[in-house]
Amino acid sequence: MAAIPERLAGVHGETRTYTGIWSWLSSVDHKKIGIMYILAGLFFMAFGGAEALIIRIQLWQPNNHVVSAETFNQLFTMHGVTMIFLVAMPILIGFINAIVPLQIGARDVAFPRMNALSLWLFVFGGIFLYSSFLFGSMPDAGWFNYVPLSGSVYSKGLGVDFYDIGLQISGFGTLMTAINFLVTILNMRAPGMRLLRMPLFTWSALITMLIVLFAFPPITVNLILQMFDRLFGANFFNIAGGGNALLWQNLFWIFGHPEVYIVILPAFGIISEIIPVFAKKVLFGYESMAMALSVIAFLSFMVWTHHMFADGLGPVVNSIFALTSMLIAVPTGIKIFNWLATLWGGRIHFTTAMMYALSFIPLFVIGGVSGVMLAMAPADLQYNDSYFVVAHFHYVLFGGTLMAALAGMYYWFPKLWGRSLNEKLGKWNFWLVFIGFNVTFFPMHISGLLGMPRRISTYSPGYGWTIWNQISTVGTFILLVAMLILLYNLIITFLRKPDAPNDPWDGRALEWSISSPAPEYNFAQTPLVRGRDAYWLEKQEGDGKMLPAEPAGPIHMPSPSLAPFGIALTIVLAGYGAVLHSAIIGGFFLLLTFWQIGRALIDEDHGFHVTPHMGGEAQ
Amino acid sequence: MSTADAHVVVHPAHPTEVGLPKDNRILGLWVFLAGECAFFASLIGTYLGLHTATLHGPTSQQIFDLPLTTVATLILLTSSLTVVLGVQAMQRKDVRGMQIWLWITALLGLFFLEFQGYEFFTFYNSGLTLHTSAFGSAFFTLTGFHGMHVLFGVFWILLLLFKSLKHGISEDSTSKVFVMSLYWHFVDVVWVVIFTLVYLAGKLG
Repeated sequence: MAAIPERLAGVHGETRTYTGIWSWLSSVDHKKIGIMYILAGLFFMAFGGAEALIIRIQLWQPNNHVVSAETFNQLFTMHGVTMIFLVAMPILIGFINAIVPLQIGARDVAFPRMNALSLWLFVFGGIFLYSSFLFGSMPDAGWFNYVPLSGSVYSKGLGVDFYDIGLQISGFGTLMTAINFLVTILNMRAPGMRLLRMPLFTWSALITMLIVLFAFPPITVNLILQMFDRLFGANFFNIAGGGNALLWQNLFWIFGHPEVYIVILPAFGIISEIIPVFAKKVLFGYESMAMALSVIAFLSFMVWTHHMFADGLGPVVNSIFALTSMLIAVPTGIKIFNWLATLWGGRIHFTTAMMYALSFIPLFVIGGVSGVMLAMAPADLQYNDSYFVVAHFHYVLFGGTLMAALAGMYYWFPKLWGRSLNEKLGKWNFWLVFIGFNVTFFPMHISGLLGMPRRISTYSPGYGWTIWNQISTVGTFILLVAMLILLYNLIITFLRKPDAPNDPWDGRALEWSISSPAPEYNFAQTPLVRGRDAYWLEKQEGDGKMLPAEPAGPIHMPSPSLAPFGIALTIVLAGYGAVLHSAIIGGFFLLLTFWQIGRALIDEDHGFHVTPHMGGEAQ
Repeated sequence: MSTADAHVVVHPAHPTEVGLPKDNRILGLWVFLAGECAFFASLIGTYLGLHTATLHGPTSQQIFDLPLTTVATLILLTSSLTVVLGVQAMQRKDVRGMQIWLWITALLGLFFLEFQGYEFFTFYNSGLTLHTSAFGSAFFTLTGFHGMHVLFGVFWILLLLFKSLKHGISEDSTSKVFVMSLYWHFVDVVWVVIFTLVYLAGKLG
């Protein structure tokens, strides 16, 4: 139960407070922002899931015509874009937002207002992308949007423009998140929280944000170049004008491959948090886990050409990138074996979170092994652009990232919302996801090996693909039921009264040492960290309470602000100006954006102070 | 719709007690500059990949005017000196000195932009545009984005000057001015790279 803060009366200036929905729109509290990230991610997941469902219905039988080929292109493009940019990343960034400051003993992130701006840029960027529907054409050139297909000759509609500008907008938000969390983790750790004492989820956040920092600028440049090609007639990708189509592929995958690590490393972090807690053992090989994350981040920038093996870049280039790609299996393998060694001899508690975490290991290994198969350049020419590739990346992105995200959902739900999700429904949810996932995606290995190309809107009978497609489609409906159970579980839990204990799982990291949900100032007194697994250490060797690192007193808080919401809104409206070729609309809203940023720069905002009620559970 | 019952709150006696915005801002700007390195690396890489694709349009040897660009370069590099003098004046709590040096810095930035505008105009007249060739697209995009960074820096300086009229030198403004100066140096350093790889290498072949 949170202590009730008292605001102090003051001398110079005033802080506005907001209530109701405005308290969310103006919030600069990392926990509220994290919750909004997760909810927005789940919202977009409904769209991405519906698209997948229509795709699978269309592929139920040969020569099916539920949707046209043009619609099918839009469906698989938006499914990919949505699941990567609007579901996987926001949900993981949501957990990073909500949990990392708690794990390092900080009161907030380094730049609370910029954090809110990141959130709203992502939300509006996503809405912007989907609003292309109202303009008659959604993006339809695949999630990696290759030229010349996405050029102005072959994609005449506005869909690709929405892709270019929508991803730039949400990309700015992600880049700001990276700056924010790198500074937060490096600068704002509680006394004693050395780098090699940080929980592994925080480590994974640190390394992920480092990847974001260097991976997002290349895609931003790529999107800008394409925008210039399409809007202003530049020649970057236009062969007739001296441009180079491979330039798009290179810049895209220099971002695109690190991107898959951006969505898997936080998943690794979540698994590394959950397994020790429910195996009741110290994580095996802590240093090697942190080291493996760093090595993966480094290698992730060294492998992009393995997405381009079929381009004919020559045996030397292909061999080098085949080697570096296979090399990534080494640090990843270290992590897998460390998790297994943590489980070995542990007293395992089969909670829903733990079952998701345990299922992650074999599913991710399957995806990893098919990844190594794809990394062998000569063999890749056989698998290339077939359903085998689709099976591979769904095993890592769904079997890996989404399983971990759901594990995190069940694990941290009490800390975020003060209520625990229903475990019985959770088990149903888990088993249906696990079965539905494998029924959907395992047959794709086979249909791929039988030669079925990805992204075809229909197929002829007689190739032996029909039965495998039908199994996949059945699996999708199992997944639908599983997700509806999750939704039901979320709703009934939200409707319950907050009743979660502060430390429901007998946890190890600092977030479990404070009340559920966490008070707005997180820690009444900044905790003193005496070792790894800081809270567990105090439970074993101390009196089960964190030692304070500072005297009790008023706590400084940043003021809420509607400015981030307003800035993100005008940026998106300027984006509509660009898509509609209207310099007036674009220029006007861009000016409005700069005016708001300028005001934020000039203003001095000193925030306000709250005094926590001490005692009881406040600490 | 609800807003805002205004709350009156206490501010600490010394602005330094407000969180740790200073350290965070400086580290944050360094991190941002790391991302900017990747941004310009992508643009420069694009240029290096495409600069020979001149088609029927002018080539870099034909149109680059080294003396003109050298003068522009010297102007921009001088502005790095003046921004340092501005920061030093700020650290002496010399509001007037800071304002003068920042004004000079902004003016030098505008001078540089004028040279760039003149250069763009002559190139346009000799037949090089964004559409002429991939070389034209890459050249105008790379140098244009650098120019946009300079322009952004000029506005940043002007806003800080405006702020200094209102608030003088405060704990909040010192870190804001300092990170602006870091940004300004970075933009200058990027220009040195562009001058070398685009202009010198482009002229000398």
